[in-house]
Amino acid sequence: MALFEARNLHKRFGSRVVLEDVSLAFEEGQVSGIMGPNGAGKTTCFHVLTGRYRPDRGSIRFGGTDIAGLRPQRIACMGISRSFQIMNLFDDSSVIENVLVALPEFRARRNRPFSSVFDDPDLLDAAREVLDQVGLAGRDWEPSVSLSYGDRRALEIGVALAARPRIVFLDEPTSGLGADATRNLAALIGRLRTRYTIVMIEHDMRFLFDLADTISVIHWGQVIADGTPAELAANKWVRRSALGELA
Amino acid sequence: MTTLSDISPRSGAWLTPQKLLLAAILLTAPYWLPAIGLYQYIGVEMVIWIVYAMGFNILFGYTGLHSFGHGAYLGVGAYAFGLFQHHVAVSLWGGLGAAVAAAALAGALVGLFVSHRRGIYYALMTIAFGQVFWFSAIKLHGLTGGEDGLLNIPRPGLRLGLATVDLNDNVAFFYFAAAILLVVVIGIWRLVHSPFGRVLQAIRQNETRAAFVGYEVWRFKWAAFVVSAMIAGLAGGMFAMAQESAYPDVMSLHQSGLIVMMVLVGGGLVSFWGPVLGVVLYFVARDVLGGLTETWLLWYGLMFVAMVMFRPEGLAGILASLRGAVPGGRRREIAAE
Repeated sequence: MALFEARNLHKRFGSRVVLEDVSLAFEEGQVSGIMGPNGAGKTTCFHVLTGRYRPDRGSIRFGGTDIAGLRPQRIACMGISRSFQIMNLFDDSSVIENVLVALPEFRARRNRPFSSVFDDPDLLDAAREVLDQVGLAGRDWEPSVSLSYGDRRALEIGVALAARPRIVFLDEPTSGLGADATRNLAALIGRLRTRYTIVMIEHDMRFLFDLADTISVIHWGQVIADGTPAELAANKWVRRSALGELA
Repeated sequence: MTTLSDISPRSGAWLTPQKLLLAAILLTAPYWLPAIGLYQYIGVEMVIWIVYAMGFNILFGYTGLHSFGHGAYLGVGAYAFGLFQHHVAVSLWGGLGAAVAAAALAGALVGLFVSHRRGIYYALMTIAFGQVFWFSAIKLHGLTGGEDGLLNIPRPGLRLGLATVDLNDNVAFFYFAAAILLVVVIGIWRLVHSPFGRVLQAIRQNETRAAFVGYEVWRFKWAAFVVSAMIAGLAGGMFAMAQESAYPDVMSLHQSGLIVMMVLVGGGLVSFWGPVLGVVLYFVARDVLGGLTETWLLWYGLMFVAMVMFRPEGLAGILASLRGAVPGGRRREIAAE
């Protein structure tokens, strides 16, 4: 059984159907990709899978538990993390503070109003371990807002990983990155794939095809194809969808 | 833009140089206030408003929630203190406990409605609820004394073992209020440096992200509102003692706006100590500038406008800039550790 499985998801906003009968399955330990043209419904799909939007119909099971309609914070606590297409960091905070807040052991202390955050070296060590994973070691106290765009992307992934998730959803992680930063990010995801189950939406086909074990193609709010990168590369509908030839 | 995270030290230590300085100022104030042409009662007023402003800043500066009706909880505290003295018992701690409890209850109820909102909707709902309390205070004549308010509220004595300190003397009452202020300051200091406080700051910075790393955002917003209302209630109880009365004007939109101005001008958005500076500046402006011109509030208002336009970080931000804390000061502080 897949670690994460969505079946027959429907989502509409008013009269506009955004997702129609979408079924997806993500296997543990794999990198799964979702691709499709702009406006296909990919990000809405992510929002539904991670609790931002409640599906109108359909089921979402994670580790055998139905999570459809649960709030984001409940879903996050169950071991599902995500990043966002538009950068979503705690911009007034330092690099390490961004990660600290997302740690489960920090979350466990959230209702202690008079204990001090920085008195606990274990918390700081745990946060530094995450920063090391995403290539930001030694930059603990830099303001997150002053990082380069690529480093901010890496930090966003770090915030997602800090929650020690079983599955990580990355929404267009290469968005806005230059060639060098994209290569660095690919290397980062390559390192992370041995430790996490990763699902990512991506427009950069080369990036996605190099990293993903399986890919699902969404178009017009429906999954029109799925398979390995090699299988999809041979699919003429996928090529036309990716190139924007399907109106 | 300077932020609370930039300036506030990361340590949650119980005692810091700033707190010792505040304690020293409070301890000696009755001696030097008359020497600089001021009077004892202004010290009492300042201390009470600082308690109120510090509590308000948990919500305003740390959680980023713009309450424009916070005078309601100051008023609830004042009325609760007075009603307790009139109808239950003449008791200092009983009255202050009632003030905190009543404000907590009011804050908890209002918080349930407003904590799911954000931005302009949050602000408007706090104004609306503030007006409900204000209007109720005027109309519930039998309970609140209507527009006249509750009069002749006694100042109960402070029992210390066998001795009782008479708080009718303004110097004695000042020291009592100052002791309460120090406890509140230490409590809030620990609170904002705790994981709970850090979550509040995370919510201020990015509500969506806070939810997606596992925090029930509305519950934290509600808790911040309740804590802030409780401290406003405590200040309200002391206000009733100071004024020996409680009246609806305390709850008015004007009074609610005043605390926002004080906190903003002082730099509550960027510093733990901003509310203290804001309150002191306001009272100095009122009494010193007010002694020179009847239009002092006009000048104070213009200063507020100038501050918002040119130095939104307020006095605390200006001071931080002057001592080189921005930019890079925080890194220096960290490097020194």
